Amino acid sequence: MSEDIGLPISHRQRLWLYGLGGLVLLFLIAPSIIIVIMSFSDSTLLQFPPQQWSLRWYQTYFQSLEWRDATIVSVKVAAMTVLVATPLGTAAAYAINRGTLRFNGTINALLTASLIVPVILIGIGTFFLYAHIGLNNTLTGLVIAHTVQALPLVVLTVLSGLRSYDMNQERVARSLGAGRVAAFWQVTMPQIRFSIVSGALFAFITSFDEVVVSLFISGGETTTLTRRMFNALRDQIDPTIAAISTCLIVLSVVLLSVAQIFGRRH
Amino acid sequence: MRAQPALMQETARADQSLNAHALRADARRESLRLLALLAPSLFLVFAIIIVPIGWLFWLSLFDEAGALSAANYARFFEQASYIKTFVTTFKVAFIVTGACVLLGYPLAYMLSQLPRRAASICLIFVILPFWTSVLVRTYAWLVILQRKGLINSWLIDLGIISQPLSLANNLSGVVIGMTHILLPFLVLPLYASMKTIDTDCLRAGMNLGAGPAATFRQIFFPLSLPGLASGVVIVFVLCLGFFVTPALMGGGKVIMWAMRMEQTTSLYSNWGAGAALGVVLLVVTLALLGLFQWLLGARATGVWSSR
Amino acid sequence: MSIAPSALPISMRRIEKRFGSVPVLRDLNLDVEAGEFLTLLGPSGSGKTTLLMVLAGFVRANAGSIRVGDDEIITTPPHKRNIGMVFQTYALFPHMNVFHNIAFPLKQRGVAATETAERVEKALDLVKLQGLGERRVDQLSGGQRQRVALARAIVFEPRIVLMDEPLSALDKGLREHMQIELRALHRRLGMTTVYVTHDQREAITMSDRIAVMNGGRIEQLDKPETLYATPQTRFVAGFIGESNFIPVECRNGSVWYEDRRIHTAAPTPASGQHLMVVRPEKLRLLAANAEQPNGVNVLDATLSDIIYQGDSFVCYAVLRDGRQLTLRDYCRSDVLARMPAPGQPVSLGLDAQDTILVAAE
Repeated sequence: MSEDIGLPISHRQRLWLYGLGGLVLLFLIAPSIIIVIMSFSDSTLLQFPPQQWSLRWYQTYFQSLEWRDATIVSVKVAAMTVLVATPLGTAAAYAINRGTLRFNGTINALLTASLIVPVILIGIGTFFLYAHIGLNNTLTGLVIAHTVQALPLVVLTVLSGLRSYDMNQERVARSLGAGRVAAFWQVTMPQIRFSIVSGALFAFITSFDEVVVSLFISGGETTTLTRRMFNALRDQIDPTIAAISTCLIVLSVVLLSVAQIFGRRH
Repeated sequence: MRAQPALMQETARADQSLNAHALRADARRESLRLLALLAPSLFLVFAIIIVPIGWLFWLSLFDEAGALSAANYARFFEQASYIKTFVTTFKVAFIVTGACVLLGYPLAYMLSQLPRRAASICLIFVILPFWTSVLVRTYAWLVILQRKGLINSWLIDLGIISQPLSLANNLSGVVIGMTHILLPFLVLPLYASMKTIDTDCLRAGMNLGAGPAATFRQIFFPLSLPGLASGVVIVFVLCLGFFVTPALMGGGKVIMWAMRMEQTTSLYSNWGAGAALGVVLLVVTLALLGLFQWLLGARATGVWSSR
Repeated sequence: MSIAPSALPISMRRIEKRFGSVPVLRDLNLDVEAGEFLTLLGPSGSGKTTLLMVLAGFVRANAGSIRVGDDEIITTPPHKRNIGMVFQTYALFPHMNVFHNIAFPLKQRGVAATETAERVEKALDLVKLQGLGERRVDQLSGGQRQRVALARAIVFEPRIVLMDEPLSALDKGLREHMQIELRALHRRLGMTTVYVTHDQREAITMSDRIAVMNGGRIEQLDKPETLYATPQTRFVAGFIGESNFIPVECRNGSVWYEDRRIHTAAPTPASGQHLMVVRPEKLRLLAANAEQPNGVNVLDATLSDIIYQGDSFVCYAVLRDGRQLTLRDYCRSDVLARMPAPGQPVSLGLDAQDTILVAAE
């Protein structure tokens, strides 16, 4: 297996590199692992490793009306964001992939703008706009703002799926008598559906984990989980957040695994 | 008058070429169809990003009395607190970017040299944090670094220190947290570019008499520079506008650009000043990305596709 | 299953296509007869694939007219053109099995299930893939995929079948076998077929007529044998078969190479600079100093090298002006007996009826 690298440097000579790389990997992953372990601690103090185990922080999380409401808001917003961003992003990626429009480059840059524009500016700008049209503290407002942030991920994921797909198949379907829509649904769509699902999953995580814009435009009954967490962290370090964080980490792991599995089948 | 002959020529040509008109109409219909697919997305981006930013830019041109002025920009050079914010921001950005390079390069290099299976397992450790909420990761570092946090309690238990070190709620906390969060943004494009380096080039280098160290220095490293540069630019740009970690881990002492914007608008409701900060931030960001793209011709958003 | 009654002629008039400002098809006119197997042959970039795409409706021309029978189809969307198409990559649908791939065009046309099954079965028979309907596409060999693509393109009895280098992905032996099979299938079904290839041997083997394309235009449209025997331009002479070119001059209706008069069977142009096309197999080694009958052009040269190839040999000879000529002949003992050695002077003979002139560019 290692022969395909095949440089005449032995793994032993590289030991220092593996050591250093391993340490950096540890640095990347350790915080998440520590939080997961601490979430099962019985203590209000931050001890590691915990002396006593319990599920009390999970109980606090699930029994608190505030946390539960915020979670429901976040799930709702993320689900709706997926429902909006996925078809829009897929349609846009399809059009970009055709590459026949004159301003393809500009369109591409516009659609991926939210990856480049500082998110604090999007937050303040959206808040300012929503203040004038009454969308602050509404689900609709959150879904629209999160959709804009999720769009580039859907577009890029679907686009990479379309690029590895042989467009001649859609052509041949057309020549065999399928109209535009039929050719897309019967031939193209089944073959890029893994990319679309991956894009949808990324859209979900993006919306669910979004903090900065939500800080500005969510509040009251539409307070998102991340906004509530942010405020809680500003006050004090509450171990309940470890339980919530563990749930978020698990969510990320699950969604990423699903995306990976889909990706592999593709 | 001069347009007349050209027009006639055009009509004559149109008459000569069969069905040119119908074909042009057909092409237009096709373009419209594609635009219809793009329209909803473009509209949303336009409404949520372009319009508000344009609006804020407009606001930034007026002072509090509503008169056209450059006051909102002038104060960046005049007020010490603004200057301090910029200095802090760039200081953090440089330190974090440097730390990311120091940690990320060896990691990416190791990943690129590992056998495929091992590399893809290690890569999970990079991608998972990438997709974990920034809040969760910041919280984790708070737990680890604070006064009564893990590090301090371990060090005290081991008797290495008697007084807790102040690791969180200051610059070091911000730097550590941000380095952790931004490291994948450097590693992923760098790893992707290292994977494309042809091993035969390295073999040739060794064949021509360069030792492993010389091969790395003279062949591998130069070839990995574009990937490194793209990672560095992305990390630096993201640092400039970073909000969550400094807000939570800075302890109110480390005021970075984005926090300043938040305070100016939310706390003091000074939209003009906040907008001006945003405009300058955007201009600096775009300038850096533009410079990078001009120098290397690579797309700055590449990191997202290199997952 | 016979498709012949519905085979239709195609008439393309003044087709123009530009990509940006780069012209790829220039004022192109082409008539394909009903039931004909016509090949578009040309180097890459000659516009042959673009022309096929325009015909199928995947590329929109800037101007022009395409008539199939009596219908103008230049603005008809591809799915209403009723044209079968086989792509170079086959473009089989990987998420459908062989049966559903072939049934796809029938499904689009609302053909009933029982009839669909019947027709797919017939099409599978026709391409010799009986019983493979349930196979997944990725379980097929390259040749089988090719056949599925073909079956799919003819199962709905299209008026026209287009093929874009359909055999180029196959290895040599299979490719030659498929050429013969495709030809036989065309004879049997009689559908109007437009075939694109850059392989002249393939074109000559398969086609009723060949249109040689170059620079977005059709250089010559003829039967394969005519195309080879009487190329009309330097490009065609160079592209089809091997050729040496010798510059000649026409004066007062006679043709001159240096100070020697050249005999031709065909009428010669009155004046101007021309090129004589010399095919290697038309040249003969003449016995030294032998009197030559009229009607044979003799070229004096020096033999520079001989390469034996078993059944045949190739001679490289250099004319007095330094131009190199190639001669190919079979290893008959009479020829071998008087084979000169390299460095010796030789006389090369070319019959008047094999002497072709094309305009110098």
